[in-house]
Amino acid sequence: MHFQLTEEQRALRDGTRALLAGRFGRDALRAAVDGAGLDRELWRELGAAGLFGLCLPEESGGVGLGLAEAVLVFEECGRALVPGPLVATFLAAGEVEGAATGETVVTTPYNGLVPWLDAADVALGDTAGAEPLSAPVDPLTPLHRLPGGERTRPPWRATLLYAAEQLGSAGRTLDMAVQHAREREQFGQPVGAFQAVKHLCAEMLVRVEVARAAVYAAAVTGDPVEVAAAELLADQAAVQGARDCLQVHGGMGFTWEGDVHLHLKRAWTRAELGGRARDAEEALAASL
Amino acid sequence: MDLTYTGEEEEFRARLREWLGGVLPTLPAKPSPGDWPGRRAYDTGWQRRLYDAGYGDVHWDASPTTRLIFLEETERAGAPYVGANFVGLLHAGPTIAAEGTAAQRERWLTPVLRGDEVWCQGFSEPGAGSDLASLRTKAVRDGDTYVVSGSKIWTSHAEVADWCELLVRTEPVSAEVPKHRGITWLAMPMDAPGITVRPLRTLAGSTEFAEMFLDEVRVPVDNRVGAENDGWRVTMVTLSFERGTAFVGEVVACRRVLGELAAHAKKSGRWDDAVLRRELALLTAEFGALWRLTQWNVSEAQASGGVPGVGGSVFKLRYSHARQRLYDVAAGVLGGAGALDAGQEWTLDRLSSLSYTIAAGTSQIQRNIVAERILGLPKGGR
Repeated sequence: MHFQLTEEQRALRDGTRALLAGRFGRDALRAAVDGAGLDRELWRELGAAGLFGLCLPEESGGVGLGLAEAVLVFEECGRALVPGPLVATFLAAGEVEGAATGETVVTTPYNGLVPWLDAADVALGDTAGAEPLSAPVDPLTPLHRLPGGERTRPPWRATLLYAAEQLGSAGRTLDMAVQHAREREQFGQPVGAFQAVKHLCAEMLVRVEVARAAVYAAAVTGDPVEVAAAELLADQAAVQGARDCLQVHGGMGFTWEGDVHLHLKRAWTRAELGGRARDAEEALAASL
Repeated sequence: MDLTYTGEEEEFRARLREWLGGVLPTLPAKPSPGDWPGRRAYDTGWQRRLYDAGYGDVHWDASPTTRLIFLEETERAGAPYVGANFVGLLHAGPTIAAEGTAAQRERWLTPVLRGDEVWCQGFSEPGAGSDLASLRTKAVRDGDTYVVSGSKIWTSHAEVADWCELLVRTEPVSAEVPKHRGITWLAMPMDAPGITVRPLRTLAGSTEFAEMFLDEVRVPVDNRVGAENDGWRVTMVTLSFERGTAFVGEVVACRRVLGELAAHAKKSGRWDDAVLRRELALLTAEFGALWRLTQWNVSEAQASGGVPGVGGSVFKLRYSHARQRLYDVAAGVLGGAGALDAGQEWTLDRLSSLSYTIAAGTSQIQRNIVAERILGLPKGGR
């Protein structure tokens, strides 16, 4: 049992983080918030880097890696808040022409919602009559709603990849909170010296590490019950982590200029797209 | 990332499982919770069986993964846990093994492993709980002995122990001696003159720990583990064991309890209550993840070859609260009179779970450790 990242997995994670920091840093993120639409050039670069074809066999033009590696890469995408229908395009690689290379953007409805429908080249599944939400809460995820409250449960791989993104976002908001707590001074000392702030941050880390164990284990075993557990714990880590990060930032956290709200809104959005909590809970209860 | 075990490890598991299947039906009946001499005999008897079968030293010498398998299998089979041997096997023993001289290891380790001798822990004092370094029980050197006076509290298993791992102050706190220095680790024989033990009754009605009054108790200098005034560092070795691996078996036990709760709820019809079902589902996610986190930590310890580090605080924080939630939900499963009947095992477990966020470092102290040592937030500002 070597339940640790291998050298190659560390390199993949670090490489992805470096690529995203260079290509989708803070300026690019804020430009996207200001309404640039889907960045097709970035999409193609992600495809060229092997993100979408990561699990395709090499003879089909993929990288030939497993789900554990995909989870690490999606965790980084979650950290960086990369916009776009990443999960649907990833799962369509090998089936939809051009998805693996990032030439084709693919979306699909999950739980009655379709992200990025107007920007996508291909929509898998029935999207007839889908109506756009006039003001989606996450400025980086345009959404359509299917008529009649119809919903399709996402396949477990989609749920797992959304959980991986949630994990990345939770890790990022923890880092942001800790950095702010070290730098921001009040009453003559960094606010991170106060126990009330310290304990918020400590609980954030605990949630991240518990969610990480669950998400990585689910990626290794592929067990549907473990995927359900990973989903619940990662959603909790991302949503509560963003809320706590916002709290640590005080008034700055409540501004549009701060990035914290982008993590919270995306976490809410992913929690809807990745699967319904009630379905996950029933799956877990059924295992008892 | 890999969650499979080697052939050798699987062989160990199969052998252990077979042995447990043979030995468990031959165990005597479990003594009642208040019968301490009975519990001592039961727990040391189990330890002796493990020793004779070659599993006596599994907490010390085996690889972390082997230890994990041992704890998983024994708990799954419903075998006794360390019980009265807890301090000897998981605190004092590993500390002596790591920090003691050859003669000390020779004297104390085998009796612990064979279940011949039981240890208790004399760390906390009425004025030094979470702030352990503020302890005041003093030891004055008199030739070849230390003369110890003071009092200790929360001394688990004191009534039935042969030895006490005792922290004493050998140098008063001053401008030159900060409180973390000047502390010494001693092995005190519990039959020495001058020791008075007074059991404390817990809110669960049990007497698993005691107050201990020390009136000029003479302890040979040869019983000192580590250097004089270096006891704090020695103690940190002990505590990292406590936080690292002490709860592994319990996570497996909690997962078993979840299954029992579900079975009970299905029989009583409470399973149809969606809120209760949801709570059980969340706990299933929780304890499943805590088990995976345990494997992660063990795997890390195996890779680094060191004693468990501060990662144990992350685990302990989450686990202690999850355990309390588990038995709150158990009360919901029992319902009404069942939840209020202290004769019910789950109710007793609910009561004793209240100690988990306090013992071995309160949750508040653990959060400080996580924030300062892992996240690097500034000290101070208590």
